[in-house]
Amino acid sequence: MVAGSIASAHGREDSPVKLEIDDLSIGYGGQTILDNVNLSIREHEIFGIIGPANAGKTSFLKALNRMDMFNSSMQVDGTIRFNGRDIKALRNVYALRSRIGVVFPLPVGLPLTVYDNVAMAPRLAGTTKKAELDVIVERCLTRAALWDEVKDRLKSLGSLLSGGQQQRLTIARALSQNPELLMLDEFSIAVDPVTTMRIEDVLKELRNEITIILVTNLVQQARRLADRTAFFLGGECVEVGPTEQLFQGDVKDQRTRDYIAGRFG
Amino acid sequence: MANDIAEGASPAGGPAQRGRIQATDFDRRDADWYIDQGIQLLVFIGGISAIVFIIGIFVFITKEGFGFIFGEMDFGQFFTSPRWRPTSEYNPTYGILALVAGTASVTGLAMLIAIPFSLGAAIYIAEFATGKTREYLKILVELLAAIPSIVWGFIGLTIMNPLIIKIFDVPIGLTVLNAGVILGLMAAPIMTSIAEDALKAVPDRYREAAEAMGATHWQVTIKVVLPAARNGLLGAVLLGVGRGFGETMAVLMATGHAINLPSSIFDSVRALTATIAAELGETAVGSNHYMALFTIGIFLFVVTFVINLTADLVVRGVRKG
Repeated sequence: MVAGSIASAHGREDSPVKLEIDDLSIGYGGQTILDNVNLSIREHEIFGIIGPANAGKTSFLKALNRMDMFNSSMQVDGTIRFNGRDIKALRNVYALRSRIGVVFPLPVGLPLTVYDNVAMAPRLAGTTKKAELDVIVERCLTRAALWDEVKDRLKSLGSLLSGGQQQRLTIARALSQNPELLMLDEFSIAVDPVTTMRIEDVLKELRNEITIILVTNLVQQARRLADRTAFFLGGECVEVGPTEQLFQGDVKDQRTRDYIAGRFG
Repeated sequence: MANDIAEGASPAGGPAQRGRIQATDFDRRDADWYIDQGIQLLVFIGGISAIVFIIGIFVFITKEGFGFIFGEMDFGQFFTSPRWRPTSEYNPTYGILALVAGTASVTGLAMLIAIPFSLGAAIYIAEFATGKTREYLKILVELLAAIPSIVWGFIGLTIMNPLIIKIFDVPIGLTVLNAGVILGLMAAPIMTSIAEDALKAVPDRYREAAEAMGATHWQVTIKVVLPAARNGLLGAVLLGVGRGFGETMAVLMATGHAINLPSSIFDSVRALTATIAAELGETAVGSNHYMALFTIGIFLFVVTFVINLTADLVVRGVRKG
């Protein structure tokens, strides 16, 4: 694969398509949240999604992971192809989810020990050897910039960590799945700026290995990380384009320019 | 408006229109203040009364049993002798071992039946059932929990008794088995209800986080929800044990009420509670028999107290180490 770390090396036109989304509409009990989104996400790119509240960003992520199954009122129409496979036609949705790591906006430290939080996904995948799990746990916690803080209390409850630590634990847990696709939903809400920067560095490294979808309400974060960025507004995907191009004002829609410039939202 | 801050803080027509608060208001107690104090006093009385009643009951039963405990009671005999013969003319003995064994065997069997049923039901209702099924099941379980114990005793006496005689070909059906089943069925709904509450108290975000990792429904339940609800579930079980220990009427009707150290589930036994219920009305107030019954009461009180205290500490999440 491409080893370089400059943004333009990733998600190029010739990279294979990881996710293809056609005519995706999402509604809750008849009310449309996301209307007719068409876009594709390429392998090994960081795909940023920006937009104000109620733009449909989180619902979009939920649909990609088939999390609409948890909520009977959530209606998803259109096709989503993951590695070319229509995810609605999959016979084992758990296998799909195990390949997609999700980081929710609010930290979810499961009420297990720190160790068990991170070891859970490998265990579900069938890894039982303590030595292997130890390696995975340490690597994922280190990558999530949490290892130094918790290495002496791996046996304490994950739900008792501070908010920022729990968020990094969530990231470590998502990484422990060894995912092909990592979806982060406003991960920096509960994390301090210094830690945010450390995690952003990790994400930049990760893009050599996996595909990342980064939903963020910080437009500058999208600029720092994303190869391409989509702007969602009120359930509409207004625009998709290379991040630098959008931020330099080369946009098709005036609303994109206004949002990036901070004139609304 | 002259005051910019006031204007900014509340729009025109808002509370600021009532005029600015004067310094003298700090010393004027209005109706809200008195209502607050009054309510505080009322809830304080309500809260404290529970403690007063507990202490009052303890003092009462202790007072009634005291004469026996410090008089003729032989501690060794009381706890180790299976002979409960308080009405013997020449040599009355007060051994509760057989009664303790009766209560323990019935409660033990009841828990063997109730724990799997109630935990299974609670997991189904809380984790797997959806929509209407869940609603109806919840209502039904709560309805079951409200059936009076005398009705259960009746079922034991008139349905279970002939059934056990017929199925197992035994001479009598009023046995540990009968009472254990009845008590198990009786305790299961309330345990289900408490256990289901404990499972429901586990936040959905835990479930979603685990499912997002690719865990199946059952894996989420066993690896995340049950550990998270562990304290509440243990509390439910201990509550069931307490219920079994304290139950009187159903046990009186279904055990056969025979003083006996049970050697199998087809033996008749007698429970501590049933003994008090059956004999207290026929004793002379202040007699040894009367006081011995109260001593049983003290024993039950202490045991139930310990069980409930344990349940409470467990629910509050006292952890090992």
